[in-house]
Amino acid sequence: MADFEQPAHFAFDADSAAEIDRVVAKYPPGRQASAVIPALYVVQRQMKRQTGSAWVPLKGMDAVGERLGMPPIRVYEVATFYFMFNMAPIGKYHLQLCTTTPCWLRGSDDIVAACREATGIKGWKETSADGLFTMTEVECVGACVNAPILQVDDDFYEDMDREKTLLVIAALREGKPPAVGSMIGRQRSAPEGGPTTLLFAPENG
Amino acid sequence: MMLADQDRIFTNLYGVHDPLLAGARMRGDWDNTKAILERGRDALVDEVKASGLRGRGGAGFPTGLKWSFMPKTSDRPCYLVVNADESEPGTCKDRDIIRHDPHKLVEGCLVAGFAMGACAAYIYIRGEFYNEHLVLQAAIDEAYEAGLIGKNACGSGYDFDVILHRGAGAYICGEETALIESLEGKKGMPRLKPPFPAGVGLYGCPSTVNNVESIAVAPTILRRGAAWFSALGRQNNTGPKVFCISGHVNKPCNVEEELGIPMRELIDKYAGGVRGGWDNLLAVIPGGASVPVIPKSVCDDVLMDFDSLRNVRSGLGTAAVIVMDKSTDLIKAIARLSKFYMHESCGQCTPCREGTGWMYRVMTRMVEGRAELAEIDTLEQVTRQIEGHTICALGDAAAWPIQGLIRHFRPLMEERIASYKARSTVRLAAE
Repeated sequence: MADFEQPAHFAFDADSAAEIDRVVAKYPPGRQASAVIPALYVVQRQMKRQTGSAWVPLKGMDAVGERLGMPPIRVYEVATFYFMFNMAPIGKYHLQLCTTTPCWLRGSDDIVAACREATGIKGWKETSADGLFTMTEVECVGACVNAPILQVDDDFYEDMDREKTLLVIAALREGKPPAVGSMIGRQRSAPEGGPTTLLFAPENG
Repeated sequence: MMLADQDRIFTNLYGVHDPLLAGARMRGDWDNTKAILERGRDALVDEVKASGLRGRGGAGFPTGLKWSFMPKTSDRPCYLVVNADESEPGTCKDRDIIRHDPHKLVEGCLVAGFAMGACAAYIYIRGEFYNEHLVLQAAIDEAYEAGLIGKNACGSGYDFDVILHRGAGAYICGEETALIESLEGKKGMPRLKPPFPAGVGLYGCPSTVNNVESIAVAPTILRRGAAWFSALGRQNNTGPKVFCISGHVNKPCNVEEELGIPMRELIDKYAGGVRGGWDNLLAVIPGGASVPVIPKSVCDDVLMDFDSLRNVRSGLGTAAVIVMDKSTDLIKAIARLSKFYMHESCGQCTPCREGTGWMYRVMTRMVEGRAELAEIDTLEQVTRQIEGHTICALGDAAAWPIQGLIRHFRPLMEERIASYKARSTVRLAAE
């Protein structure tokens, strides 16, 4: 199925090994399997550092299994069950578009169209010819009062529209991601124009 | 009616002020927490019971009662598990608590964990909340450093750990036993109950799973008293609650208000009203994607609380109010939710695994009108065969939005089918 190559080797680098040690210590002795999701994130981040693409190769899953004392199949099950692990290489920036009803009601179709226009990507899970962008349709990301949302890697761009989407993508192209959060200057989840409650200073109240 | 700012629990809901320890202390968090713990386990559980607090994650189960299910003595460790896997479409309240008032949650973990005899709290946060998890981890770290949690927490003699765990994108992990499975390092597939988590939970040990908001309000209830909390809201639906108002309103927002506020007042007062005015309202999903949609005629005077919304055959759920004006293709809006449930079904139970896909495919045809009239009844019957026939409530949640659509908007679906047929007849005649 895949038109990409699985690396022949994967070994945790020093940063990754230290990170996994820290994570495993959070769980009771003998319960190190709890660290499988955090460890898969470590693999994905190391791939990003080493290759520019955040994904989890087969050998990375094997390394996690070995480190945590889990049969490889248990790690594969987890890695493929959860949506945030990329099982194939992706572009430098991961454009994750929420199209669930609350975002759709606020115009997510326009955000999708603008992303396609700006990147030339036609389908989902596809990467642009220049290798910069991968577009993924995601389900509700949990920021619905700031819909529609464009998630780039780990960051949410909120209160989006067509023009702002084009601006964000142009800025990413130049390697200068805009400040995250509301793109219309809202105070987080407060109504546009500023909070209408909590107007006293709690420090004095 | 309007909740006074002084009665709001989340005084940094919008993140205007410092979310971390210095700011939190000024908002009253961690104020003599030791004295709260000194009142003893039973007193704390009784106070929360008396407050009438019902779980803020959707099901509305009495929180104090849930805590009381934990064993009084146990030879195994006991755990508090906090559900921060906020993924119900429309819902973004826990996000604000986590990023703007994280110490309310961390302190809540200590008092709730102490009340149920837990040695640690595991907070399971959805993977997408990456930036939010950084704030919460910073709050946990500084709470350890200040001696508020960890060994001899707050000088109480009680040892208590708080551990943050990130998920990786799976709605099903918001179901409490799926969350536990995931936390143990497995696929997030719900467990059969019984045994319930209070008997056999995380690592096979007694555990209680609570929503972020339920835990984060606990310290304030214990400070200000059950009488204060239960004086807000309505009988059996007490207290303030964070509402998320999204969709076709002029100013979408989160806001904390009393339970029982009329829906219209909530939307008009805080969210700038329905786009185009109240009369331009078509329908509202009042409690997150899983609860049935209600038409404007019901919205006109319904109150926003557990019992009032149940009485109109919907639900308060997570108090995520998704507003749709008359420009909405409602069938498409619901069909998109069907796609959501198809995507999020864990695949364990056949009625849900096969049914969610089947319902989505039929709903896709209903959007076009490419269906027979009799298929509306077939669709309704299939939802009944999924509902109640699965291990967890995801099957129910997938069925209810469609049931709500058919209950209130059958004429719209019939009209869509008729107009598709009319177009096909014209096409056939022209050939």
